[in-house]
Amino acid sequence: MNTRTYDIIIIGSGAGGGAVAQELSPLCREAGLRIAVLEKGPKLRDDEFTSGELEMSRAVYEDGGGFLTADGAMTLAFGSAYGGSTVVYTGTSLLPPPRVIEHWNVPGLMHEEIALRAQKFIQQNNVHLLEDPLINENNKLFVEGCRQLGWRAEQFPVNVKGCRGSSLCNLGCPNQAKQGTNRVQLPRAEQNGVEVVTRCEVLRIEGKSVLARVTEKSADGKGEPSSWPPGDYRIQAKAIVLSAGAVHSPALLLRSGFERALPRLGHGFTSHPAFILVAEHPRPITNFVGHPKSFYLDQFAESGGFILETCMYFPFVTAKSLAGFGPDHSSFLRAFPRLQMILVLACDHIDEHNRVMIDSAGRPVVHYRFTPKVAQSLVSGAIASAKIFFAAGAARVHLPVASSPTLTAADASRLDALAADCRFVPGKTAVSAAHLQGGCAMGRSARDSVTDSRGRIHGHPGLFVADASLFPNSVEINPYLTIMALADRVAETVREDWQALQ
Amino acid sequence: MASPSTSSDPVVRAFVCTVVPEAAALNEERWSELRRLLDLALRDRPAALRRRVRLAFHFIQWLPLFRYARPFTALDPARRARFLSFLENNSLQPVRTGFFGLRTLALLGYYGQPQAAAEIGYAATARGWDAPR
Repeated sequence: MNTRTYDIIIIGSGAGGGAVAQELSPLCREAGLRIAVLEKGPKLRDDEFTSGELEMSRAVYEDGGGFLTADGAMTLAFGSAYGGSTVVYTGTSLLPPPRVIEHWNVPGLMHEEIALRAQKFIQQNNVHLLEDPLINENNKLFVEGCRQLGWRAEQFPVNVKGCRGSSLCNLGCPNQAKQGTNRVQLPRAEQNGVEVVTRCEVLRIEGKSVLARVTEKSADGKGEPSSWPPGDYRIQAKAIVLSAGAVHSPALLLRSGFERALPRLGHGFTSHPAFILVAEHPRPITNFVGHPKSFYLDQFAESGGFILETCMYFPFVTAKSLAGFGPDHSSFLRAFPRLQMILVLACDHIDEHNRVMIDSAGRPVVHYRFTPKVAQSLVSGAIASAKIFFAAGAARVHLPVASSPTLTAADASRLDALAADCRFVPGKTAVSAAHLQGGCAMGRSARDSVTDSRGRIHGHPGLFVADASLFPNSVEINPYLTIMALADRVAETVREDWQALQ
Repeated sequence: MASPSTSSDPVVRAFVCTVVPEAAALNEERWSELRRLLDLALRDRPAALRRRVRLAFHFIQWLPLFRYARPFTALDPARRARFLSFLENNSLQPVRTGFFGLRTLALLGYYGQPQAAAEIGYAATARGWDAPR
């Protein structure tokens, strides 16, 4: 067993870990502290980001993008690379509505503070609205469809710099335009003296140390080798910050034996279950060129429990998203240059069944069931999307929740009537989720939560959480800015507590 | 353990061709690539999952005996499709999920190939707006 000693260890390098690393990094210079970020995934060279769907998915996603819930009915997509999920998001940069933070009811956590802390990252990450010439037809048709229906599509602020419109955001930007933690916060932290160790999976937390395993680069894999030789390590630290995400942070604490002291550990998992809808237009449109996710519609978030976002996916993911098989299924794929896509996201809320657990080998197992409300939200979102598609001029729409999924323009006028026959069937309709939240929720005490309002794990001084697992309920928007704002708050807390932790 | 694609190749081929009819026109080189992609997708997954995949292909092959008195590979395309529709719309979620998993593998093996992406007109590149269209 190799041994290492640091002052602070940060587990994970995504929106949470990257932000904490940057915020604590001045301590390396100011106070001579030794800080390490332990990242399970690899660090890819700039020239290793390509347009290959499967090769990139394998390189930067957990389980190649195919991590499944326990019953196999939903795919959870999250990054596993230097930069975590910020490598594979689309860079959409939103703040939660004040009502969400009020509903969270975390003592001392106000919306104003999240907004204020997020401003720093909004500036660092070059968050702005894309200029009109960079908006492709896939997005413009969404806006036009909404306009025809009297609905108000909003433009996403995005965190890109020099976007060339590759549309490959979800595979990792090949032009280094997206300003994730891999481009901004982690390099800054490293400049200040933070060490980032990749291919380093933390297996357990034992008191003031962690057991970790550094793996060798596979012969056919992408990315740099780890800076540490392959092998098992015991790493000691005075403070440990978990930023491994809403699946791995609770799982790590569970396999480290924290469940008895923290009965809410793993509970409260939410994910914004989503599916991709596809429509065919009579003519080719610009779809796989340009930023894929420039607009959204959230006016039904409260009344209907869903949000619609523009999107554009790759051939395999698109094929998987369409219901059925055979010639009808193929005919949509063969119309790819004429396809418009919309992502329907359901605003799910905590449910006692939905939680992160571990199997006998200590691997995370996510139990998730679709509540009737979520199923209804997905159907309502699908019907609203079909209306937008037809209003924008689509010739036919693929509606996976309909008994006969292919709708033609003749069906456009009877969509509300069709809704009564639509049904979301788990295991038949492809559902995926990329906004994974909860499992180490903030709250008042160990009876109702895992951490206090500043990310300190109840009853364990020196142990902190700084990622989306802190969310006590769904954030109802794309989460990364909220994660960074909370991570900023946790980093401040680590600094405040530092003397006491010595 | 042998991979599901190499150990039950005729079943996998019949299944893939039912899910993606265009696969029937693939040459041996493309079939070989399809098998490689399936093996790669399953290589690092838990052994239990790989076992379930093998078992599921086994069921695909032999369950039709009860309905059509023939294994899946001996059915005509219309009956193959009817049998898979029965699985897809089954009232038991584990059956639907199992079919969905195999369907996902078939789609991965076919549409995960750059040639298939090009054939359907998908041509995203790093050059984005600057790429010739």
